Amino acid sequence: MIQITGLTKIFDRGTVSEKVALANVNLTFTAGEFVTIIGGNGAGKSTLLNCLAGVYAVDAGVIRLDGNDITGLPEYKRARWIGRVFQDPSLGTAYDMTIEENLAIAYHKNMRRGIQPGIKKAERQHFQERLAALGLGLENRMKDKVGLLSGGQRQALTLLMATIVKPRLLLLDEHTASLDPATAKKVLQLTKQLVTDKRLSTLMITHNMKEALAMGTRTIMMHNGEVILDLDDEERKQMTVEKLVSQFESKSGSSLNNDRMLLL
Amino acid sequence: MTLLALLGSIELGLIYAVMALGVFISFRTLNTPDLTVDGSFVLGAAVSAVICSSGGSPFAALLVAFVFGSLAGTVTSLLNTKLGIQPLLSGILVMLALYSVNLRVMGGRANIHLMNSPSIFNLWQVAYFAKNAKLITATLTIFIILILLYFFLQTRLGFALRATGDNETMVRAAGINSDVTKLIGLALSNGLVAVSGAMIAQYQSYADVGMGLGMVVMGLASVIIGEVVFGVKPLLRRLLAVVLGSVLYRLIIAFAFAMGMPANDLKLVSAIIVAIALSTGTLKSAVLKQKRHLQS
Ligand SMILES: Nc1ncnc2c1ncn2[C@@H]1O[C@H](COP(=O)(O)OP(=O)(O)OP(=O)(O)O)[C@@H](O)[C@H]1O
Ligand SMILES: [Mg+2]
Repeated sequence: MIQITGLTKIFDRGTVSEKVALANVNLTFTAGEFVTIIGGNGAGKSTLLNCLAGVYAVDAGVIRLDGNDITGLPEYKRARWIGRVFQDPSLGTAYDMTIEENLAIAYHKNMRRGIQPGIKKAERQHFQERLAALGLGLENRMKDKVGLLSGGQRQALTLLMATIVKPRLLLLDEHTASLDPATAKKVLQLTKQLVTDKRLSTLMITHNMKEALAMGTRTIMMHNGEVILDLDDEERKQMTVEKLVSQFESKSGSSLNNDRMLLL
Repeated sequence: MTLLALLGSIELGLIYAVMALGVFISFRTLNTPDLTVDGSFVLGAAVSAVICSSGGSPFAALLVAFVFGSLAGTVTSLLNTKLGIQPLLSGILVMLALYSVNLRVMGGRANIHLMNSPSIFNLWQVAYFAKNAKLITATLTIFIILILLYFFLQTRLGFALRATGDNETMVRAAGINSDVTKLIGLALSNGLVAVSGAMIAQYQSYADVGMGLGMVVMGLASVIIGEVVFGVKPLLRRLLAVVLGSVLYRLIIAFAFAMGMPANDLKLVSAIIVAIALSTGTLKSAVLKQKRHLQS
């Protein structure tokens, strides 16, 4: 379970470009919940995920993961419990290392990293099975450098790396946004499969409202660093993209027409 | 070029290859050129000269050199990760500081001559191989170091190190403290560089406080020449390429000397070689662009 209380993040504090990216955000996610997050450009979605992952230090507030206060922990320590996939496919993997080496690095998240063999035989077997389950044929290319993979293949691999050790929280920041529509669909499909199979607590940012309503079990909408709408599964069933847009406009007092948050 | 000069170049190439492997770790594995090298090379030589001239074991000298070199690399890394000083500048600062440290290690002298002290190169003197003692020792040493490094880079820690140079975001997301991997990388790198310096001091029976000048450029030249001539895949071949690149570099220099290049021009020529090698990527794409431009 994730409890976020009074979370505030201010960039460039005390300067002319001061920006309140998160304004006193309170949220609670229960275990196994799959939450989709929508909101316009600069709403604070990425900042929220980055604060959870420990990329940014927060200005105020507390983040609890399964009861433990993780607010002050550095990024690499939280990574033991948190899996992440980024918008930019090149961020999730080491391009000059092979597929199996990348998986091994992710697989040893909670283990001591000394002079044990980087990949053991049994581990390789395990990786091969997990890769095969992706259905992309990557299990036959385990010794290929990741630099040779397409964006979609890399996102699929990153997804597997983020979940190969079951995370307590999975953070997806527009992880299909830079892919072509067909590939994006495939990666979303994989996401759904992995998340539901392992009942992962997941936060997924998307710019696609239809997708936000179709995927997951709960949808929240952000604007100007605040959560302006929080829909549970029941409420989402009544919701259409048109209603969502009008809700957004009435709650935020701004219109959506010049935004990336498209109705696709 | 005489056979003797050829043999000498190969020996030097093999010894400097230890340094080149160190440069490979910082430049290729961690992806940050590290200028500490110019200082840590001399540090190794100084430590080695002092130990050997006072009757210590030449092997112990290499080990102590490794430890001291690692410490130098550690300082550079801490300046970068803890104090937020840019990597290049951190290296320059430590290199500068080491100049004074090295003079202190050498007891205030600018150079030390090793007369008749034992060295790893003359232990074979009595044995059957005496004639090729230096070549055999140099080959054995680089072989052992290469194999150890090869295996190290395939351990869990080695994986973490390699990934750090590729993609720090991914490394942290995998629960690795990239500050620590950088530190281990720079320590290992400068440790090897110092061992190379220690070997050179024993090989030449001589250590000089100025002998590290341009060392990092030489290392880069070896790494790049190796990559261009011998390829980069797979890992073992890549490491071997660094060693062969170092030997090749020495042979090129020896050849240039034989053709009448004045010794004073050595650094200039080395810098030009590295500049050309580093810019091949850019030059290549510029030429391709020009071609495409002309065709359309
Ligand atoms: N590192 C940073 N330094 C300064 N300002 C930042 C930084 N990161 C984000 N911001 C600002 O904080 C606000 C929230 O940004 P954030 O990236 O969280 O938005 P977002 O909801 O993810 O938007 P998008 O849909 O464009 O990705 C924006 O005004 C942005 O300019
Ligand atoms: Mg964003």
